[in-house]
Amino acid sequence: MSTASTLGDGRSGGSWRTIRRGLALSPEIRQGLGITLGFALLATAGRLIIPIAVQQTIDRGLTGDSGIDLDFVRWMCLVALGAVIVTAWAAFMMNVRLFRASEAGLATLRTKAFRHVHDLSVLTQSTERRGSLVARVTTDVDTLSQFVQWGGILMIVSIGQLIVATVIMAVYSWQLTLLVWICFLPLFLLLRHFQRMVSAAYSVVRERVGIMLGAISESVVGAPAVRAYAIEKRTQDRIDQAVENHRSAAVRAQKLVAFTFSTGEVIAAIANSAVVVVGVLLGVAGDITLGRLLAFLFLVTLFVGPVQVGTEVLNEAQNAVAGWRRVLGVLDTSADVADPGPDGSALPRGPIDVRFEGVSYAYPAGPTVLHNVSVDIPPRSRIAVVGETGSGKTTFAKLLTRLMDPSSGRVLIDGVDLRDIRFDSLRDRVVMVPQEGFLFDDTLGSNIRYGRPGASDDEVKLALTELGLADWLDGLPAGLDTPVGQRGESLSAGERQLVALARAYLADPDLLVLDEATSAVDPATEVRLARALEGITRGRTAVTIAHRLSTAEAADEVLVFDAGRLVQRGAHRELVEQGGVYGRLHAAWINQSR
Amino acid sequence: MTERSDRVTLREGFALLGRGIVHEPLVFTIAILGSAVFGAATVFTSIVIGQVTDKVIVPAFQEGRPETGALVGAVAAIVGVGTLKAGGIVVRRFYAGVWMQRLQARYRRRVTRQYLRLPLSWHHRHPTGRLLSNANADVEASWWPMAPLPMAVGVLVMLVVAVISMLLADPVLAAIGLLVFPTILLINVFYQRRISPLATRAQALRAELSAVAHESFDGALVVKALGREADETNRFAEVADRLREANVRVGKVRGAFDPILEAMPNLGVLAVLLVGVARIDAGLLEPGTLVQIAYLLTIVAFPIRAIGWVLGELPRAVVGLRRVDAVLQATGALPYGNARPAPSEEPTELRVQRVSYAYEGADGTLSDVNIDVEPGRTVAVVGPTGSGKSTLASLLIRLVDPSTGAILVDGTDARDLAPGVLADNAALVFQQAFIFEDTVRDNVTLGRDIGDDDVWAALRLAQAEGFVAALPGGLDSMIGERGTTLSGGQRQRLALARALVGRPRLLVLDDATSAVDPDVEQRILAGLREAALPSTVVVVAYRRATIALADEVVYVENGRVAARGTHEELLVTSPGYLKLLTAYERDAAERAALAEDEEYAT
Repeated sequence: MSTASTLGDGRSGGSWRTIRRGLALSPEIRQGLGITLGFALLATAGRLIIPIAVQQTIDRGLTGDSGIDLDFVRWMCLVALGAVIVTAWAAFMMNVRLFRASEAGLATLRTKAFRHVHDLSVLTQSTERRGSLVARVTTDVDTLSQFVQWGGILMIVSIGQLIVATVIMAVYSWQLTLLVWICFLPLFLLLRHFQRMVSAAYSVVRERVGIMLGAISESVVGAPAVRAYAIEKRTQDRIDQAVENHRSAAVRAQKLVAFTFSTGEVIAAIANSAVVVVGVLLGVAGDITLGRLLAFLFLVTLFVGPVQVGTEVLNEAQNAVAGWRRVLGVLDTSADVADPGPDGSALPRGPIDVRFEGVSYAYPAGPTVLHNVSVDIPPRSRIAVVGETGSGKTTFAKLLTRLMDPSSGRVLIDGVDLRDIRFDSLRDRVVMVPQEGFLFDDTLGSNIRYGRPGASDDEVKLALTELGLADWLDGLPAGLDTPVGQRGESLSAGERQLVALARAYLADPDLLVLDEATSAVDPATEVRLARALEGITRGRTAVTIAHRLSTAEAADEVLVFDAGRLVQRGAHRELVEQGGVYGRLHAAWINQSR
Repeated sequence: MTERSDRVTLREGFALLGRGIVHEPLVFTIAILGSAVFGAATVFTSIVIGQVTDKVIVPAFQEGRPETGALVGAVAAIVGVGTLKAGGIVVRRFYAGVWMQRLQARYRRRVTRQYLRLPLSWHHRHPTGRLLSNANADVEASWWPMAPLPMAVGVLVMLVVAVISMLLADPVLAAIGLLVFPTILLINVFYQRRISPLATRAQALRAELSAVAHESFDGALVVKALGREADETNRFAEVADRLREANVRVGKVRGAFDPILEAMPNLGVLAVLLVGVARIDAGLLEPGTLVQIAYLLTIVAFPIRAIGWVLGELPRAVVGLRRVDAVLQATGALPYGNARPAPSEEPTELRVQRVSYAYEGADGTLSDVNIDVEPGRTVAVVGPTGSGKSTLASLLIRLVDPSTGAILVDGTDARDLAPGVLADNAALVFQQAFIFEDTVRDNVTLGRDIGDDDVWAALRLAQAEGFVAALPGGLDSMIGERGTTLSGGQRQRLALARALVGRPRLLVLDDATSAVDPDVEQRILAGLREAALPSTVVVVAYRRATIALADEVVYVENGRVAARGTHEELLVTSPGYLKLLTAYERDAAERAALAEDEEYAT
């Protein structure tokens, strides 16, 4: 099921809490923030230069006591010029400091979150959709970064602008200040409401983008199926519908933005005309000078910008905080299979023995899939684990390699509880090869070397030779330099499994766990591989999970699982004589393969 | 990247804009008209403010009493022009959005039509991720500049009107405006030129970072199993750091240019004040005109940026459109004939005649393959990994055409059949089952007119009835990314039901039950045997039990038919077949012998 997310989803907790926690996790952002805000204050104060200069020119340069005073205007312009330059410099400093600090903080944040995703248990990882995990360390952080670069600065400047404009307006005339605020206040109060509407409209757009991308991908990823059933028209209709739904949602959102954006202009016009009427009345009464009244007309324009972009900035801010919360949600998810770290035990090298003591496993709020398993696996033994799909054999392997922890009971390696062993020591000595041989988009050589970074080409080749895969390597066009493609898709499923096996073998573990690791290779190759593995696993402990029972025939001991219980154990021949579950499985196998 | 992505000429940019206009002339015209109203109204605002200063405010201050009529006129003029401007903005913004969205939708439809039209061989040559981004990100980037374009055109109108109004008001102050406007425009263009490559680089790094995260999380199990978390984190941190650096670089350029652009009109206003006061002193100017021109400079400065936005987005748009055009101009299609054989309920007769198939440097080539299948027979195709079995399966239902030779279905060359004919009569079940983002029912019927009873019957035959019935919504359950996730075996069984429900006259199974438990597979095979389907069956398999279904076996090795006959015959005549089929047995026998030796020895 892919429905519910176990990670924080960005809905709970207040915005301020998120911001505080976010800042605590990215200390770089807070460093020198005081100085940056100082520059911000200086930069916004610069917005007042022109209205003040206009007012001074008219009141003291044009209509002062001594008539027109050109000298005063020259000096005033020179001072204003200096102020313009200083404030531009302050704005530059603010921008650069803000970008540096926030980008450094966000890079740290996403790296921390990335690491934490890998530290989450397999169970948590597999319940999350890949795309949503990726989004938390990419687009969610990008939203934040872009907000800082655009909306954040605009927000700081806008708020500063409103404050300084109000202050200077109040100095000029409290009556007109009140008037301007009365005109704009309803709009400021409505901004939040507009923003909610716009935000709702855009979330519909985002949802439809997702559906549209899904529909488009059917024409690409599903191309063979579409072709095989000649359902091109049906597929195109579905795409057209999704594209159209997306378009209409986007246009609807656009309509809202267009209207909210333009209301600022109308309000500004109303404010200006009110200022003219009331200002003239005040001027006639001698309460305001001509210059101050005209300066108001310039000051009102400082209100328009914040109103126009307010909806969009608020919307961005909300998205950014939600993104931040989602990233923090990853970090807040506990890694329930945790590394004991440096306090944990390290195991010396050498053959490994394993002991399961009354081990049960149940998925959180789910059924118990493994019941009270107790078993000893002596050092150097080769164990085969068999059973039908859903019998619990893969769970057994995951508990054995501590990809999961038992719900009750314990798993001991060399007498030490798995939960007390340091991960670097554990992963060094215990390696599992999963069924899906995942490869990285790199060369064949680097993929095998993933098991032991620093291994030379000769060592890699030797490993392949020991596995009996030298012929296969020779048949590849560029040998170890052959690119494997995304997810290894240039190779066949069987070949990917060969690489995964070689990779684990090169890692040279003391306990090797194979989970249907050769299920996709042809029988002849599989038998050859099995033989090679027998040779090289001598001296190590090896646990193999397989539904092809050929593996079981060769094992020292077979563990048979059925419905989450260990029902039979013993050598292949004993078990065949016993009959039971193994007898049934074996009969099906013989019937199928001979 | 092998494309000529770095050099984008202005001419290409204008060609792109032209194309956008040609596709939607009406919407474009409305948006431009709205924007022109906005541009002119912006300038009128300053004229009104200047006039109100001269005709209403200054006289009132001088005479010491307000004139009601003049005040009413001032209010009407200011609110009127303001409303006109707001109206212009609404029309401009809304229709600019409509324009961009319509273009994006149009190109998404065109690109996906191409995807559905082009042959699979074309799909094989293009990576999936690339095709998805062509239809999404590239289409989006192509038409992104359309959003600010009407505004940019409106700004041009505004500048012309502004210059005229300034010239009419005062030629000397107009000269300052003529100096300031082009300077702002030039700085803008220079700014966009500087920032555009930096922004593109940051964008590319974001994509790279996303690719690293995707791959790393996809391989999370391997990372964990081998304890490589720290190395993976370093790999990610390294790209994250480059992205940080790129973002800071973008920020620095923006952080430097924004204050400069903001300072320019302020410098202009100061110059206007300085020169203006001197001219008032000389009796050549009214104070209202001074206010008007100063006001104009403050309100015109910001919109000028729109021209920079358009020019800045153009290179990225052109690169996007080039990629989109490459898809739209791709040629090649699976040509169809117009043969429509009479409908039949009988199994098909199938002939593969001297078929060869090769695609560039990859596995799965075939040479000179001949196979005849009589109606109603079942043929197993067996061979080692990479021997060309899947290619053969694709050829049989004409997902691809042979390089030489022919596939004859009931005596007709598959290439001569009319579109849809083969799909109505034949079905291929792949090893990798593709599930549509849809309900179980629609995943089985694929829109074909099939009743629920038949759907259930097909699910039963495919051994999928049990798990489908257990889904909360039964046939109506959504499956796929946004619905219930199915296991590999369940997906395969659903895909099998999809094929069976159409009662195909030719059924091709390409290792179609590889992820299904052996006993379930047994039941499926038994069901198929008993169901008396009207089908000729070709089955690709390793498993003995599957092969046992077949009347005849074709053994393929290195793209050639190495042997054919019954299973028993091939065991005798083909050493390769014998080796492949008896691998487990021989293994067991050798082990048994070895064990006996050991027993003797002890």
